[in-house]
This record gives sequence, structure tokens and C-alpha cells, in this order.
Amino acid sequence: MTAAARLARRTALALGLPLALLALWWVASADSESFYLPPLRRILETFADVWLSARLADDVLPSLLRLAVGYLAAVALGVAVGVPVGASRTVRDLAEPVLEFFRAIPPPVMVPILILFAGIGDAMKVLVIVFGCIWPVLLNTVEGVRAIDPVLEETASSYGIRGVARLRHLVLRGASPQIFTGMRQSLSIGIILMVISEMFASSNGLGFTIIQFQRGFAIPEMWSGIILLGLLGVLLSLLFQAVEGRALAWYHSVRRSHQGGDAP
Amino acid sequence: VRLRSGWGRGLAGLAALCLLLELVPRLGLVSPRYLPPFSQIVAELAERAAQPDFWSALLDTLRGWAVGLLIAVVAGAILGIVIGSAAPLRAATGSTIEFLRPIPSVALVPLAVLLFGTDLRSKLLLVVYASFWQVLIQVLYGVQDVDPVARETARSYGLGALSQVRHVTWPTTLPYLMTGIRLAATVALVLAITAELVIGNPGLGREIAVAQSSGAVAGMYALVLVAGLVGVAVNLLARVLERRVLFWHSSVRGEAPA
Repeated sequence: MTAAARLARRTALALGLPLALLALWWVASADSESFYLPPLRRILETFADVWLSARLADDVLPSLLRLAVGYLAAVALGVAVGVPVGASRTVRDLAEPVLEFFRAIPPPVMVPILILFAGIGDAMKVLVIVFGCIWPVLLNTVEGVRAIDPVLEETASSYGIRGVARLRHLVLRGASPQIFTGMRQSLSIGIILMVISEMFASSNGLGFTIIQFQRGFAIPEMWSGIILLGLLGVLLSLLFQAVEGRALAWYHSVRRSHQGGDAP
Repeated sequence: VRLRSGWGRGLAGLAALCLLLELVPRLGLVSPRYLPPFSQIVAELAERAAQPDFWSALLDTLRGWAVGLLIAVVAGAILGIVIGSAAPLRAATGSTIEFLRPIPSVALVPLAVLLFGTDLRSKLLLVVYASFWQVLIQVLYGVQDVDPVARETARSYGLGALSQVRHVTWPTTLPYLMTGIRLAATVALVLAITAELVIGNPGLGREIAVAQSSGAVAGMYALVLVAGLVGVAVNLLARVLERRVLFWHSSVRGEAPA
């Protein structure tokens, strides 16, 4: 097969089923009289009206900003706490059950508690996201730091690498594949919490708007909101993969070479 | 949670946390109106545990969790093995799976409310959607991991499609399936409680929302404590199950990224 034919085949495989499903939805719903399942055509028309308007700045952007602030704060905090915990056996033994307990709390139940402390404003929503996203990052950082190759550690210390250089080149780099695993888990939790915190109590944001549509029985608008949330989930996941691929390029190539040059 | 030499220190850590939660409000660092002392939370919990309402709420949560998880595991395992075993099918569905998987299940909340109200089914919709992908992805990785030599051998010995699944695909996939079940068990609990909290299905989540709106702060903390304990129990259960089922599996396997 030539390269062009292979590319065409791959494109057809990647786009075939999604397009077929969309077409099926379009056709099956075209004459839909059902109140809850409006025609896809109407949903898409509504999509443009609803979201490509002032709502983009009033509802979508605040949601995404809160997600970004909360998520990045959680990653920074998780790594900052995880490194010392992972580096010391004693601290790890002391802290592990406590951390496991906090991780086991389903994060949405923190919404009512954080409302007590922070009201229903932006601070509460960011705190909810931080609280939910921090545990996977923290626990994976602990694991990653714990599992750093002792030979590398010895090598670093015999070369006199210590302090910030040691943290940067040995500890953080060695733990980074694990840290990214935690960050990936945290991202999907963060999106859930962004929506939940707004559904529970808010005056703007994506979750709030979609629930308003549902309560007002604005069904095509509600569907367009569901589609927007889905698209955001997919886009954020693609963005994450791009960042991860770039940050961990060294790691993936090391692994490939260990596996005998085969792509995984 | 592994029982290791450090478990005594672990207990000390937990005790320190309880002490901290007792002292912070008592010393006035945080108003007891926002964070009641730990002993008060435990007393409230004991009081609630004497009421049948508490247990029926707990049972409702566990039922939604268990039924949803079961559906997701069965569907994910079967579809994963079918799709994974047929290369053309895998190639054709790959992009669709990658697209559907990151859709946050809470996006379905309004739809679930409209279609099923506060019925068990609305909770199940969220739980199944979220946990299904965890299982499916792991099973797909597992089927890909089947040793081609073993597969060819089975084929040349004339094993039928079903015996191939039974004797070749299944043993390789099982560890991945168990990883998927462990991840899905946690996600299923989060979504079950989320549905109760946001939609109002009966269960712990709704009790927490009721406690919040009626200003029963200690009760709210008591219920959150229970939710955390249920989460710990679910994690423990999943890990015990994994070890039981995989007792024969010697290798320590890295988890496939999900």
C-alpha cells in the first residue's frame, strides 16, 4: 500500500463510524415529534444561536477559567506536598492512610461543605476543583518519588548534584511519568467538578446554564449544552495528550528502545 | 492500602488527623459553626446510625453503585473482547471510543432528569456511562496484549472462536479487566453520590444535600465521613478481589494508561 492510500484508509476508518452515527442520528431524529429528542438539525441550529453569543464570554469562559485555576493550583500543590512525602519513609507511613481516606471521599460531597466556608462564589468552585484534583496528583507523585531508581540517586549524589538541580533533574523528572498519570485522572475529575459546582449553586457557568435550560424545558438548548460539554471534554483531553506527549517525549522514547524499537 | 511494617505509624497519622479536627474548632481557629469538633461529628453519626433512614440511604447508594458497576463491567468486558479480537472492528471503532470516552458523564445530568426523574434509572445512566469506559479501555488493552504465538498455536490446534476466547484471550485479559473494575468501582461511587446530590435520587448524596439546606452542619460532616469510609471500603474490596482473582498471575503488571 502506498503512503497516500494508507493515509486515506486511516482517515476513512477514523471518520467513518462517527460520521455514520451522526448521519443515523440526523436521519432518525429528522421527523422526531418527541419533545425530549428533537431533530439533530434543530439542536445544531440552536447550538450556534445559544453558544456563539454573549454566553461564550458570560458562561463558558468563567467556567473554563475556574477549571484552569483550580486544576493548576491542585497540580502545583499536589507535587509540592507529594515530593517531601514521597522522599521520606516516615512521613509516607504517617500520611498514607490519611491521604487514602481523603482520596476516597467522592469529591462532589465537598461542594456543600465548601459552600459553608466560601459561599457560592468563584472561590468555592475553585476550591472544590482543587480539593478533587489534588489527591490523584499527590498520591501519584508520592509513588513516583518513592520509586526513583536508587542507582540514579547514587549517581546524582556522587556527582555532587543536590539542591534545586537534584529536585529538577532527578526527583521531578524521575517522577514525571507518574505525575502525569495523576494529572490525567485529575483532569476528568476537574471537569466533573466544574459542572457539579455550578449545577449545585451558581449564577453563571456552563453547568448552571444547562440546568436552567433543563428546568425551563428548553430542550434543544439543553442538548446543545450537552454537546458543548462533550466537545470541551474531548478538546481538553486532546490538549492534555499534546502537553504530555511533549513533556514525556524522552520517557516514551526510552521505553520504546527498551521494548526493542517497536511502537507500543 | 497495603498492610506494611509502617501501619502503626499510619494509625498514628489518622489519630493526629482526628485530634486536629477536634482541636481546630475547640481553639477557635475555625468557627465550630463551619467545622464542628470531631467528637461532635462522631456523636451525630452514632445518633444517625440508630435511625433506619440512615441505613436505607446507605443501601440506596450501594445498590445504585453495585447495579451500575455490574452492568458496566459485563458490557465493557463483552464489547471489549469482541472489538479487541477483530482487528477491522478495532480500527473502525477506535476514533469513536476516543471521542465518547472523555465526554464528562455529568453532561448527561439534565437528560437523565428529564427521562427518568429521580428514579434509580437516572442514577444508573450516569454510573454506567462513567464506569463503562474504564472497563472497556482496559479490556481492549488486555486483548491487544495476547501473545501472538499463543493465538497462532491455538488456531493451528483447531480451537474454535469461543474456546480461543476462553483459553487464550480471557486469561491474558483478566488482569486488565480487574484493573478496569478497580478504577470503575471508584468512579461508579463518585457518580452514584453525584446523582443523589444533584438530581436528588435517594441515597447518601441526597441526605448530604438535605443536611446542608437545613443547616445541620454536624450531620453533613458525619455523612461526608460515611461517604469517605464507603470509598475506602470500595477501594479495599476492589484490591482484595483483584488479588483473589489473580492469585495465579505471577507478574507484577504496569497499568495501561487510561
